[in-house]
Amino acid sequence: MSLETPTQQAPAVAVTGLTKKFGEHTVLRGIDLQVDRGKTVCLIGASGSGKSTLLRCMNLLEQPTSGTVLLDGLDITGRDVDIDAVRSHVGMVFQQFNLFPHMSVLRNLTLALRKVRKLSKEQAEDVALARLAEVGLSAYVKHRPGQLSGGQQQRVAIARSLAMEPRVMLFDEPTSALDPELVKGVLDIMRQLAAKDMTMVVVTHEMGFAREVADHVAFLDDGLIVEEGPPASVFDSPRSDRLRAFLSQVL
Amino acid sequence: MPTGLRNFLHTFFDPGHLGSVFPSLLKDGLLNTLEISALAILFGTTIGMLLATLLVSRRWYLRAPARAYVDVFRGLPIIVTVMMVGLGLPIAGLHIFGRNSYPYAVMALALVSGAYMSEIFRSGIQSVDRGQMEAARSLGLSYLGAMRLVIVPQGVRRVLPALTNQFVAMVKDSSLVYLLGLLASQRELFSIAKDTTFETGNLSALTAAGIVYLAITIPLTHTVNWLDRRMRDGGAVRLAGGDTSAPSLQLLSAQEGR
Repeated sequence: MSLETPTQQAPAVAVTGLTKKFGEHTVLRGIDLQVDRGKTVCLIGASGSGKSTLLRCMNLLEQPTSGTVLLDGLDITGRDVDIDAVRSHVGMVFQQFNLFPHMSVLRNLTLALRKVRKLSKEQAEDVALARLAEVGLSAYVKHRPGQLSGGQQQRVAIARSLAMEPRVMLFDEPTSALDPELVKGVLDIMRQLAAKDMTMVVVTHEMGFAREVADHVAFLDDGLIVEEGPPASVFDSPRSDRLRAFLSQVL
Repeated sequence: MPTGLRNFLHTFFDPGHLGSVFPSLLKDGLLNTLEISALAILFGTTIGMLLATLLVSRRWYLRAPARAYVDVFRGLPIIVTVMMVGLGLPIAGLHIFGRNSYPYAVMALALVSGAYMSEIFRSGIQSVDRGQMEAARSLGLSYLGAMRLVIVPQGVRRVLPALTNQFVAMVKDSSLVYLLGLLASQRELFSIAKDTTFETGNLSALTAAGIVYLAITIPLTHTVNWLDRRMRDGGAVRLAGGDTSAPSLQLLSAQEGR
């Protein structure tokens, strides 16, 4: 089984019994989470609650201490899994954008298309230009990342991930490093992706975005999912004291 | 003129002696020095880059031998390494390069400069933000692919000025080839100067060689610095096209250049 030929029955992401320790410090204490195909799941919680670590376990940027992560039914924590191949089907967008500063915007997108997907230069550039047009940055193909605003950089980073036609997109606080006036442009793009049924897992502090766009919201506290459900129930009728306390601080 | 000064000038700056040694310095010595140092820089850079990738490895059994190599070759006087390689290998029956002294000297210099350069490259590689590796791996690039395409190019740019020191050192240390014995046609700048001082009993030939060394090392330094500035400004210069903040940036880099 591979990610090129996904089984449609399996959920896009299925996390079971996931724990993660950094040395003596336990960050995740047994997470179960399911992300259905075409849905958007938002992970919310205070900083240090483990939500970014959970996200990073979904493409093995962090190696889980125990538990399993299934992508389209494939256990990516298995020993014989080609993790490079898996990652090429999972988009990741970082808080700090992490564009390659020594390359043009265009080359940021074509690099993996050519080196991982083995497309020709022309094919790769066609794909890249189409993705850049989608995020409204066709005018900046020859620029270096350092010449763009934070919001523009993050949109390039999203385009870079989308160019690989990922099965799942992971967002790690994509707007936290942006000036307030630049947040909307990035969230708009993510909204459009959700509307086009991209499967997304989003770690975010943007509660408005989570309420409006998410199909499912999971609240993490101290390495556990304390409460989860549709945004309406999580935000409007929290059952646990910890979620109530969290929401009273951020809303 | 005080006698001391006159003696000094006669010994090191005698016009007749200076003038008579320059032709052979420029005709044979310059090319031979450039040949040895260019090859030593080429191989030294290659060794340094390979070692650096080992030095940043997470696996101790890759790191440890590289670390030992660096400690040894950086810690030995370069003259000892030249002797061990250039005289030691043939004595041990390993005439890997025949009887020509040049390849042995190049090898010794490359081994030493590789050790120095590996530390420079390592610091450059480690100065690249961790997020760059994570982003590259997230796109499906292998560790080595990410290193080659994303991390190393950024790291090398940052340490270009430090590498210059190493290039200059290679040019100067190429003189150590004289220890291994040279045919007349193989003499480089220093050995020509040294032989001339023995013949004439006057040290002006050394001064002449020094001037030619400077004629190599100073332009070399400034070429690398220019390259460094150009890479750094690369973004800023292009910014001039479409951004209003460009003039101030151009002004800044112009001032740095002065």
